[in-house]
Amino acid sequence: MSARTVLTGSDIDRTLRRIAHEIVEAVPDTASLVLFGIPTRGAVLSARLVSVIHDITGEDIAHGVLDVTMFRDDLARGGHRTPAPTSVPEEGIDDRVCVLIDDVLFSGRTVRAALDALTAIGRPRAVRLAVLVDRGHRELPIRADHVGKNLPSALDERITVCLHETDGRDEVQVVS
Amino acid sequence: MKHFLNTRELAKDEAIRLLDTALEFSDVANRAVPKLPTLRGVTMVNLFFEDSTRTRLSFEAAAKRLSADVMTFQVHGSSVSKGESLKDTAQTVEAMGADIIVMRHHASGAAHRLAHSGWVQASVINAGDGTHEHPTQALLDAATLRARFREVPRGADLTGLHVAIVGDIAHSRVARSNISLLNTLGARVSVVGPPELLPSGIEDWPVTTSADVDAVIEEGPDAVMMLRVQTERIRGDFQARSGDYIRHYSLTSDRAGRLPDHAVVLHPGPMNRGVEIASEVADSPRSLILEQVRTGVAVRMAVLFDVWGGGS
Repeated sequence: MSARTVLTGSDIDRTLRRIAHEIVEAVPDTASLVLFGIPTRGAVLSARLVSVIHDITGEDIAHGVLDVTMFRDDLARGGHRTPAPTSVPEEGIDDRVCVLIDDVLFSGRTVRAALDALTAIGRPRAVRLAVLVDRGHRELPIRADHVGKNLPSALDERITVCLHETDGRDEVQVVS
Repeated sequence: MKHFLNTRELAKDEAIRLLDTALEFSDVANRAVPKLPTLRGVTMVNLFFEDSTRTRLSFEAAAKRLSADVMTFQVHGSSVSKGESLKDTAQTVEAMGADIIVMRHHASGAAHRLAHSGWVQASVINAGDGTHEHPTQALLDAATLRARFREVPRGADLTGLHVAIVGDIAHSRVARSNISLLNTLGARVSVVGPPELLPSGIEDWPVTTSADVDAVIEEGPDAVMMLRVQTERIRGDFQARSGDYIRHYSLTSDRAGRLPDHAVVLHPGPMNRGVEIASEVADSPRSLILEQVRTGVAVRMAVLFDVWGGGS
């Protein structure tokens, strides 16, 4: 088994800064923005993006955490973790632009579950998707609006995202 | 886990996982759409060989909130009264498409038998078997206590909490399930009741026993759980309504007044107001009885989710 680093800590910083700029450019009306991190690491990235966008614009962006465990389509196969807390901004999401944030985009099934989870909370004006890594192999017609790094990968490879808040360091590796 | 049969064999991390899952489910009721698609296409059957209203309804509410289909099999007027065996009944229910069987049965061990006999493939959830166990009740009691006594409930146990269980311990599956689970979660349990309503062999249980409810109240328990005297299960001439029982064991306003200010009162229901608990106490601010009912739905959602593959 070998591990190859594809993003270092400073790469991740730079990438998040770029994604933050892209989000603000795509949705200039930042008051209508709601960032939703998908646990575990998507929620960490979302918190970082909120602070980067604050640096850029001086605005406090509404944000929440969206756990999608209960909306997955493969529950009967077992092996799911305990659902993490979901939090929604008090003003809700109706008519706002929600940006879903996750660490790795793979089959697209997590994002599909997230879209369903949003439907149960309200009716956003639009939903966008930002991911740190897009590794391909989609099983559903889903694409990201903001991609940190496109990482064509083999199916038997594993992408490991480590973040300070959860893993003590910032790094993205391909393990094969 | 495939089945949920008792709390005795429930490991601490499993118990906390179920409580944490229930915590997330309790938020669902407040959403714009208070329903999750989690168990879409799954059929849950309530198989009740014994009367129950609240447990059956609670499971039904839990299943529906998770989008499962629900069928109910009540013993009255069914073929069981014509002599059909548990095996035949369960296999019939499964043949109609049951994926999860929630069973209440008057015989202790019935749920275990159904789960491990090879008669059915479905997951089995014990909703009360004889005087043995009622594990979802214990889980909802623990969830209610955790929500009240822990500032951050998620991940927490009940270490340091003192819970007094008062009444008919011998015939109470609620007491049995609670004693196991509360111990697993680190709480200290006192059981209080007249000697003839304490089970034989209680010396070996991880509890302190007493026949003097006033002495236990003096110790300042954090929670008092009152149990119903199960006259239907008691052989002999024990009189719950006799002045004696009420005088010695009922949670009267006077007794409740001697509890610490922070102490709470639980009751699994159905209550006999004026027997084991005074009406004023049941309706007082320290009573969490309705909170138990609310929590029960979330806890049963967690158990349904877990037996259907949610547990890792």
